[in-house]
Amino acid sequence: MSENHYGSIMKDGLWDSNVVFSQLLAMCPTMAVTTSGTNGLGMGLATTAVLVVSNILVSMIRHTVSSQVRIPVFVVLIATLVTVVDMAMNAWLHDLYKVLGLFIALIVVNCAILGRAEAFAVKSGVVASAVDGLAMGLGFTGALTVIGLIREFLGAGTLFAQASNLLGPSFAFLEMKLPGYGGALLMILPPGGFAILGFLLAGKRVMERRMDEKAAARAELAAA
Amino acid sequence: MNLESIREKIAYQPVLLGVFALLASGALAWASSATGEAIAAAEAKDLRDSLSEVLPQGMADNDFLKDTVDLKNGEKTVTIYRARKEGVVKAALFKVAERGYAGDIQVLMAVDSDGKTLGVRVLKHSETPGLGDKIEVKKDPWVKGFDGKSLGDPAPDKWAVKKDGGIFDQFAGATITPRAVVKAVKGGMDFFTAHKAEIIG
Repeated sequence: MSENHYGSIMKDGLWDSNVVFSQLLAMCPTMAVTTSGTNGLGMGLATTAVLVVSNILVSMIRHTVSSQVRIPVFVVLIATLVTVVDMAMNAWLHDLYKVLGLFIALIVVNCAILGRAEAFAVKSGVVASAVDGLAMGLGFTGALTVIGLIREFLGAGTLFAQASNLLGPSFAFLEMKLPGYGGALLMILPPGGFAILGFLLAGKRVMERRMDEKAAARAELAAA
Repeated sequence: MNLESIREKIAYQPVLLGVFALLASGALAWASSATGEAIAAAEAKDLRDSLSEVLPQGMADNDFLKDTVDLKNGEKTVTIYRARKEGVVKAALFKVAERGYAGDIQVLMAVDSDGKTLGVRVLKHSETPGLGDKIEVKKDPWVKGFDGKSLGDPAPDKWAVKKDGGIFDQFAGATITPRAVVKAVKGGMDFFTAHKAEIIG
């Protein structure tokens, strides 16, 4: 396993197979929580933590579990993990739980976690699985934050509203408000979520095609 | 025999599933017992915090979390927390709920012994973000408009949003939400008046 290998896992998670923008997984939490940048960030971070741990556990038991019953085993494992995290946070990190608690329960319905267990962790070593969980989680966090920020900006005219509740008072500088803009409510409601996601997907496709064309032109130049 | 060959046997599958189910229940049972006390303490603190938010400073010298009375309000049982000063009940704190635009809105209110509201806060709701969520005190001071109101002031038919001829503001684009909160608070006042003797004791 080389440095290069981990590099490509990171690139895969953050860009090439981004959970939201490429695999189009986890649409339920994506649409539900991206009404503001802060919510998107919170959901993303909570999911990243669960994804890393679930990938590690699945990778550890991958030789014991037979392929016939792997799906129920993974489902039980992930549901148990999320429930334990939920209870532990409620007990010992109660202030954070009041902000993130809503998202923790939603992680159970996040198919991206089972998806990574199936597509990666069950075939890979523990360290590589942890890196994959981290990369996919950060890619998910980035996607949710971007969608959340755009929806929030268009819909309410603010950026990172209430970020200090999530990250602590020292992050209050992130909070911005556009004066004199009432906001287009449609963007906060579900249709706005689908519209923004559509535009972002199209944008990513265009960017990828440009990059491919450039790479092809460079290859041609080198061959000539 | 190595693991590879056992793994494909049919008997291996139920045993594996059973072991994982057992491990999962064990983990959950352990987590539940390990966190139960801390969660109960944290929730009691939450309740105390929200109760002290609707109750003005210096209204109580007792531990009103422990001084409760349960009364029937229609079908539901309402727990009333009594704030006492020198043994005399000064205020009653209780929760009421009313159906809003998207689900129940839970309201916590404090009423003093003369039947005047001391404070109202929305505990839980699922109203439209950006429209109906102005009932949260964090987002809009609207809910403070109930402070000091009683059943005689304003008159019963003025306990409504302005659109319905009352005195409370509605929000642009959201009438159902504030209407439900007004109705909930009015219901709480009626409930308090009807059971005043039992509450003050």
